[in-house]
Amino acid sequence: MAAVDIAVPGGNRALTPISPPKRRLSWQTWGVIMLAPYVLVFLVFVLYPVSYGLWLARHPASYQTLFDDPVFFRTVVNTIVFLLVAVNVKFMLALFLSGFFVHERAWIRWLSVIFIIPWAVPAIPTIFSIRFMLNPEWGLINSVIFRLTAQDGPNWLNNPSLALTMAMVVHIWKALPFWTLILMAGRLAIPRELYEASSVDGASAWQKFKFVTWPSIRTLYLTSTLLSMIWTLGDFNSVYLLTGGGPADLTHVLATLGIRYIRLDQVDQAMATIVVALPFVLPLVYFMMKRLSTNE
Amino acid sequence: MNRYWREARLWLVAIPVLLWTLLPIYHIFLFSISTKDSAFSGALWPDHPTLRNFGTVFRQEHFYLHHFWEQIWNSLWIAVAVGVLTLFIATCAAFAISRIKVRGGRTVMNAALFTYFIPAAFLAVPMYKAMGTYGLLNSRWSLVLAMVTLASPYAIWVLKQASDKLPWELDEAARIDGATPLQLFRLVYLPLMTPSLVAIGTYALLLAWHEYLILAAVA
Repeated sequence: MAAVDIAVPGGNRALTPISPPKRRLSWQTWGVIMLAPYVLVFLVFVLYPVSYGLWLARHPASYQTLFDDPVFFRTVVNTIVFLLVAVNVKFMLALFLSGFFVHERAWIRWLSVIFIIPWAVPAIPTIFSIRFMLNPEWGLINSVIFRLTAQDGPNWLNNPSLALTMAMVVHIWKALPFWTLILMAGRLAIPRELYEASSVDGASAWQKFKFVTWPSIRTLYLTSTLLSMIWTLGDFNSVYLLTGGGPADLTHVLATLGIRYIRLDQVDQAMATIVVALPFVLPLVYFMMKRLSTNE
Repeated sequence: MNRYWREARLWLVAIPVLLWTLLPIYHIFLFSISTKDSAFSGALWPDHPTLRNFGTVFRQEHFYLHHFWEQIWNSLWIAVAVGVLTLFIATCAAFAISRIKVRGGRTVMNAALFTYFIPAAFLAVPMYKAMGTYGLLNSRWSLVLAMVTLASPYAIWVLKQASDKLPWELDEAARIDGATPLQLFRLVYLPLMTPSLVAIGTYALLLAWHEYLILAAVA
């Protein structure tokens, strides 16, 4: 705050009583002006759409139609399975791999650069690539299976539960590098002396993890898991580009179902789909906001 | 012996990681150099690798590719516009919050970060509706503005973190010399922030280049 007062000396030159407050005001005014573009963007493209969306979702009839949609129940189950399984598997892998990537070897550093690629490349070509690989007749995977075992491989994307599993695999493939990096940063922040001391005391690798690593990154792990759940709930690409919600609309998650209603021009319905997820999202958001404001 | 075992264990992790990461990427490359027959035969390497596919794309010789160059131009235009606009908005905001310490700046930043707690697909749906209201549907601007909305909060946050680290003495010196906020911004702040600005510009550009959800919903 002291810095604001330093703006005053400019007023000393004028030596008029009106000048200093005017000067101070002008810095604040400039601050407001420079903040304005973003505030405008926020009001116009976040606040208004969200409020308008909630307003559109006010009709009980939309929910009635939604609950009557034969796809809806399956979608909710899919979403829950997707969130619980994909996010947790992803984080266990990320936890494990972050332990691998903190090893100090030149080749591991190079490997980590390659490892980032899935996160850095656009979703469309890579997910289509995986979709082609999984084609039961001419896909790479089944060709290899056939060559190795002389048996036909599974019909990956035509079996709803297998297709959803594959969507989760795609999601993990895409998101794993980012979270591995985050957990890696957490591991690197742990003072080395702790590990040296535990080595001296004869701790095994597991004990080092249990008593040094885990207590240090537990908070980060939990916060990241929750944030990832929110983001995964909005993950539309993995399902939409891989299965398109099919076969027979059995692999939809709430995100793709919402967009499906938009494509059918039933916007109220799409909004209702979103509102249905709110009881789940809001506690997470509340928890995250609280956590963020206490951390800073 | 023990040491070799430890190295071997690292490789036991490294090889599956490498395969897992690169397989879909390799598959794209494989398709791009395969003829149609060979791509649909499930071969791990084509018998006769070819660059003809690239020619087909560049010369727009396929029904879906008739507008290839126009589409590339659109993508570039949108990505650059998002990069420039995000940079402008976020730099001004970060300067106002971090250096001018404008009242309510923190609240604005928290509100901005709140955007990321709305699952993307759930923001896209009402945004589609709002774009319709603003008459922006089916225009490049709807995409640009939607992506600026998504890119700005992170950009502001990162730039604010970076600006907080700049020495206050420079600001004080500039203020004592009677610099106006704009002069401070242009002559002191921007030159010092250049590395962060390049990074954030790239981030916004890439975000725009990758975005599909908003495109599916809004355009």
